[in-house]
Amino acid sequence: MIKRLLQMMLVLFVVSVIVFLMMSFTGDPVFMVIPIDSTAAEIEQARRLLGLDQSLFSQYWIFLSNLLQGDFGRSYVFRQPAMDLILERLPATMEMVVVAMGIATVIAIPLGVYAGANPNRAASRSIMAASLFGISLPGFWVGMMLIFFFSVRFQFLPSSGRGETIEVLGLRLSIFTADGWSHMILPAVTLALATLAIILRITRAGMMEVMRQDYIKFARAKGASRRHILFAHGLKNALIPVVTIFGLQLGDLIAFATITETIFAWPGTGKLLIDSIYRGDRPVIVVYLMLTAFIFVVINFLVDIVYTLIDPRITVK
Amino acid sequence: MAEPLLDIRGLQTHFHTFGGLVKAVDGVSFDVKAGEIVGLVGESGGGKSVIGFSIVGLIDPPGKIVGGEIRFDGRDIAKLDERAMRRVRGREIAMVFQDPMTSLNPVYTVGRQMDEVLRLHTDLDKAARRARCIRMLEDVGISEADKRLDAYPHQFSGGMRQRVVIAIALLAGSRLIIADEPTTALDVTVQSQILKLMRRQVEDTGAAMILVTHDLAVVSEMADRVVVLYCGRVIERGLTDEIIANPAHPYTRGLLDSIPRIADRQHRLRQIPGTVPDIRSIGLGCSFRARCSRAQSLCAERSPDLAHVRGSLDAACHFPLEEAAR
Ligand SMILES: Nc1ncnc2c1ncn2[C@@H]1O[C@H](COP(=O)(O)OP(=O)(O)OP(=O)(O)O)[C@@H](O)[C@H]1O
Ligand code: SF4
Ligand SMILES: [Mg+2]
Repeated sequence: MIKRLLQMMLVLFVVSVIVFLMMSFTGDPVFMVIPIDSTAAEIEQARRLLGLDQSLFSQYWIFLSNLLQGDFGRSYVFRQPAMDLILERLPATMEMVVVAMGIATVIAIPLGVYAGANPNRAASRSIMAASLFGISLPGFWVGMMLIFFFSVRFQFLPSSGRGETIEVLGLRLSIFTADGWSHMILPAVTLALATLAIILRITRAGMMEVMRQDYIKFARAKGASRRHILFAHGLKNALIPVVTIFGLQLGDLIAFATITETIFAWPGTGKLLIDSIYRGDRPVIVVYLMLTAFIFVVINFLVDIVYTLIDPRITVK
Repeated sequence: MAEPLLDIRGLQTHFHTFGGLVKAVDGVSFDVKAGEIVGLVGESGGGKSVIGFSIVGLIDPPGKIVGGEIRFDGRDIAKLDERAMRRVRGREIAMVFQDPMTSLNPVYTVGRQMDEVLRLHTDLDKAARRARCIRMLEDVGISEADKRLDAYPHQFSGGMRQRVVIAIALLAGSRLIIADEPTTALDVTVQSQILKLMRRQVEDTGAAMILVTHDLAVVSEMADRVVVLYCGRVIERGLTDEIIANPAHPYTRGLLDSIPRIADRQHRLRQIPGTVPDIRSIGLGCSFRARCSRAQSLCAERSPDLAHVRGSLDAACHFPLEEAAR
């Protein structure tokens, strides 16, 4: 367990180095903060102020010790702490991702179990064919199609924004209002589609393998019902790769919901990232990347814990 | 005589494989009476396990029961639909699979997997079920059964797992127990202990048992009657004592001669020459002819039918062995 925590710290440290180096090699940020007509002396001064005149190593050192003290830098554009900017928008992204993952899981698992347990039925083949579309259709196209049909043609659902939000436990959320849901549903579905298809396929593959095992036949010999065999005996054994992919997809959606957020003008972190990249708002990008790494590390850790809950033969190292 | 509990008539179970049609079980008939132990013997590939799975309705594609009847307690269970069959499995007929290492689900405790049977087939409450599981584990010789119930299969040794599987099969008090090589992974002392337990179960409850095994020594100790299988057919059947003492079929003779504990002094210990042929390539004639020292031209022309030879013995051979002179 301790070892595991150290390992997580190490990962974050390495990420911080990479992020730092990446930022140092991509353009001179001093031009972001100074007026266009600045003199050379003013530029020099700004450099000193930003610490850009120091060696790379000491720049990193300052960067790291600031990070460790909870100082993640200020946005060049908004002049407020970059972390605050992101945290302000994180609930929007999170709730959309949670809804999307929920939709994906609730649909993918039963369909995957069915298709894996009855691989030769026509319905299973149709499910698999449909899932190929889910994987190969680009998200932005799906999003635009949904907007076209549901917002433009039938004027049934709104195409942009978050709708009404209310404050729950200090977070502004829209999942507790009807209007919020009507805004949420299209982007969430767009986001869910690829994940749904991937989880479905992984579940099916796992079930196909598991259903061949002797313990499934033995459970049948006991007289257990089909459903009990599929979901209690089968699915639990097929779940490890599903959980792995679930974790990866979850992190992926949180970190890179950018395109969907842009299409639906969803005010989340993905849109902030895009905007920050356009504006060269380095501190925001840095915080964003660090936070993303942190989220991935945490998800991975949780996934490992879930492994041990599923399979008694696995222990957390 | 009372009607047998299980009466298999002309059972045919075939597998449609890419390599062709495998007639794994091809016209097998035998019966089992309540309170009786019938031994199913024969070399690997004889169709013993397929018969077991056919009885409990667990033949999966590409396999299929294509002919015959499996009459259990008067009705043909081969014709039952899946729902009705579920009420037979585990409750009326329990089966111990050949490979006990893989019969237990790795992600559930042993206790839970035992409890499952009782939950499905009895009205006992939780405490009573647990008590019964503990008693059963103790019966199959697992100490500290109370603690063991909460362990997972991977925490058990191979032999222990085999005992757990046997315990599960005995738990619901089924009327027919099919035990497919139930004691292969166990050492000799444990083996005889388990066999005794199984026999006691049969005696106490009046249940019947089909005991599948390679080991004729086990059969001679346990079974009332023996059915000898070769390439998916019954080639000999009869009372155990008679078959062991004086088999009518050359194959049975060969099996007996290859066992040091049973072969009598007149017959040297020796293996049956050759190997079991591919079922798909037997064609006309007796399936044993390539390995049979008594084979004649008739044996290649016509396959012998199972027919009464003497006493309790039926054999499928054109030239059955005479009763050995004593
Ligand atoms: N799923 C299957 N697909 C194709 N053929 C099969 C299948 N299951 C069994 N068979 C064939 O059926 C025949 C009988 O097999 P079975 O397992 O009943 O033999 P057995 O007498 O139990 O042998 P062993 O002593 O090795 O357990 C074999 O030739 C085997 O190849
Ligand atoms: S029928 Fe012929 S080949 Fe077959 S066992 Fe009898 S004697 Fe041997
Ligand atoms: Mg077998």
